[in-house]
Amino acid sequence: MASILSARGVTKRFGGLVAVDHVNVEIEEKSIHAVIGPNGAGKTTFFNCITGFYPINEGKVIFRGEPLVDIPPDQITRRGISRTYQNIRLFANMTAIENILVGQEPHLKSPWFGAVLGLPATRKEEEAAHEEARRIIRFVGLQGRGDILAKHMAYGDQRRLEIARALASKPKLLLLDEPTAGMNPNETASLTHFIRQIRDELGVTIILIEHDMRLVMDISELITVLDYGQKIAEGTPVEIQRNTKVIEAYLGRGATNPTAEDDKAEQPELPAT
Amino acid sequence: MTLNWKQVGQYGFIMGIAVWYVSLVGMVETFDSRGIIDGTMLTLGRALLLTIGLGMGYVTAWKVAKGNWATGLITSLISGIIGGVMAALLVIIIDTTNIRAMFVNASPALVEILTFDQESLAVGLMMLAGSLIACSVAGGVIALLPHLIRRAVISGLLAVLLMGMLGELLTVVLNRFDLTEALADFLYGRNGLSVIGAISVFIFFAAVSTLWATQKEKMQSGVENLPATQRRALSWGLIVVSVLFLILLPQAVGPYISQILVLVGLYAMMGLGLNIEIGLAGLLDLGFVGFFAIGAYTVALMTTTGELGVSGTAIADYSNFWVAIPIAVAVSAFAGVFLGIPVLRMRGDYLAIVTLGFAEIIRILVLSDFLRPILGGAQGVLNIPKPAVAYVNQIANQLPFYFQSVLFFFVSTDGRIKDPAHFYYIILIGCTLIGFVAYRLQYARIGRNWMAIREDEDVAEAMGINLIASKLLAFGIGAAFAGLSGAIFAAQVGSVFPHSFGLIVSINVVSLVIIGGSGSIPGVIVGSLVLVGLPELLREFAEYRLLIYGALLIVMMLVRPEGLWPSDTVRREMQSDEDVEPVPVGQTVPRSV
Repeated sequence: MASILSARGVTKRFGGLVAVDHVNVEIEEKSIHAVIGPNGAGKTTFFNCITGFYPINEGKVIFRGEPLVDIPPDQITRRGISRTYQNIRLFANMTAIENILVGQEPHLKSPWFGAVLGLPATRKEEEAAHEEARRIIRFVGLQGRGDILAKHMAYGDQRRLEIARALASKPKLLLLDEPTAGMNPNETASLTHFIRQIRDELGVTIILIEHDMRLVMDISELITVLDYGQKIAEGTPVEIQRNTKVIEAYLGRGATNPTAEDDKAEQPELPAT
Repeated sequence: MTLNWKQVGQYGFIMGIAVWYVSLVGMVETFDSRGIIDGTMLTLGRALLLTIGLGMGYVTAWKVAKGNWATGLITSLISGIIGGVMAALLVIIIDTTNIRAMFVNASPALVEILTFDQESLAVGLMMLAGSLIACSVAGGVIALLPHLIRRAVISGLLAVLLMGMLGELLTVVLNRFDLTEALADFLYGRNGLSVIGAISVFIFFAAVSTLWATQKEKMQSGVENLPATQRRALSWGLIVVSVLFLILLPQAVGPYISQILVLVGLYAMMGLGLNIEIGLAGLLDLGFVGFFAIGAYTVALMTTTGELGVSGTAIADYSNFWVAIPIAVAVSAFAGVFLGIPVLRMRGDYLAIVTLGFAEIIRILVLSDFLRPILGGAQGVLNIPKPAVAYVNQIANQLPFYFQSVLFFFVSTDGRIKDPAHFYYIILIGCTLIGFVAYRLQYARIGRNWMAIREDEDVAEAMGINLIASKLLAFGIGAAFAGLSGAIFAAQVGSVFPHSFGLIVSINVVSLVIIGGSGSIPGVIVGSLVLVGLPELLREFAEYRLLIYGALLIVMMLVRPEGLWPSDTVRREMQSDEDVEPVPVGQTVPRSV
């Protein structure tokens, strides 16, 4: 299968700390790819490198055949990468619809003076954008809640709205940073279903950072494991569950006996050392 | 439950301190020249004291008793006693010791005001303390009244206070017409409202407030249920009526208030510009006056007939002002973009300081000897002609006689605008234009993007928003609005001086945007009426202007941070936090329910 994104030797340093250390990852088109690892392993930093939040010190990221070098975040979004955040970062004082409208920015072209003059093209574009926003609201299951301010929505709804906003830019690649953080098992289950639905119905490739191992093992096709900024393993869920390096990273050395291994999938997160 | 007596004491103490303060800085004595209700002892000076009593009683009952009648009355009584005793103490101190060396305003006249002009000091003291206590309890009662009645009472009291305060002015206005002269005679005495007038005003405004509160929703849904054609007709009707109102307003209120409206309009234009920067894009700009100055100086230099003018060479005389205006707007917009470039990466406080510096640079450059040959230094630019309409006589000849007289009411035969108050119309057009543009932008894609930048700059960028273009546009458009305001200002005053463009103008504009309601277009208008219009109407208190300003800002931020007329979104968000009525003490709902 074709790879949509490949990271080659991506390295990010903060002073003396190497947060992401020569990571190589190939993401296959239309796959669900999980990135896991203990806290502080560099997963979110890796996301920030892909989306242009941080300039990369070494290596390169190639997206759909083109390198993403020195390209500002807004341009990267326009090329088809979109993301959500570990701690929800919605536009809190804007309504759900407005949040999604902002998400459509890459596809809106009307100039500001078009709005002042009330040009028909601008008006048409705005109407279409509102229509699209309502469609997305329905798709993510937030119908009837479009006019609520983002900060007044229920926690689970906020998570969904953030995904909706990311989808509004019609991305080819969607980065989800701990989408189920803080959710109860029911919400997690419905979100799992929803993530799969996004991939199946919209054909969007998904990279997922997640601590809920049940979810990770359930929906991802490939898993990359980071620890101390380095890629320590990559493989299918079954392979990862058997990987001794991964178990050591999560549970520490000496945990690699057969009895602990079976519990691995149930262990959400433990200190790395 | 135990009452928080310490808090009650604190509120009483604050009341006392406030009374001491306003008395000793001289506000009470200065304000005493205006009467509120004629023939009674209620002057604005005393009203100030009593308002403090009312307010603190209200706060006491509201904060401590949380809706319980008995405790509310007791606590407001106690805080009133503390405040009243402290006030009486002040009078005794002034009367017995000589503190005038330190407090110039602690004069016998102040004692007379505080003791209600009583011969005997004891009686006066009783009256002072008693009235404060009574007001405090009254404030407590108001706080405990049901919502609707409370609203009505407060509206009535505010209306009496305002109409009494502005009595002189309103009588002049009402006396301009035979129709309203009788109303003036009925409402007003020699100094302030008449007793009957005050009662009528109170009842009228209380009734209006109640009607508005109870019928508002019914009216709204009634309008919404109308067929589309009728609804459109209604809204067009409203527009026509308000346009007519705005056009006829200067004729109705006379030249003095028209002049004030001109000033309000100039500030409103600036406010609408700054509202785009602060209210929408979240860019705190403390140097907004810089753009105003650039607009003003552009028009001044282009149109002046004095020696600094560049007009002698170029533009035809009559069309001068109209040609200069778009150029001034363009120059200001360019300056806005130019300032925007270096500060793009700055946020919040850093941006505020840089913009502050920018405005000072502009002012000092204009003042400098270096640029004196071009900009005139401290002497400024003089002899800016009034705007003129070209071909007036030719146009007039084409018109029927009646319209001719209308035309020449506004302009003289050589086409110049006659009366400074007639700048009102130019400013009205300017405000309408700017308001329209601001409205269209706010509810368009660019407005959303600005708000997104205000909410979270990084995420906004990650959504595909071009931060550089959006921010520069905000700076440019904001500056253009201020430039238009400055351009009209220059022509209206007829001369520009560097000292007209001090920091205080920027502070005024920031304050009116925030007090009006950040991000709200009607809020800016209300803000400029309150912060620019009201102080002009109360000129004799000018020395306390900044003091009142500061107090108002603090109170507003504590009590109503969303502003006088918040934007739709902000209002929605504030209501959900606010409309929680306090649970009455001792009536807690059983848990099992």
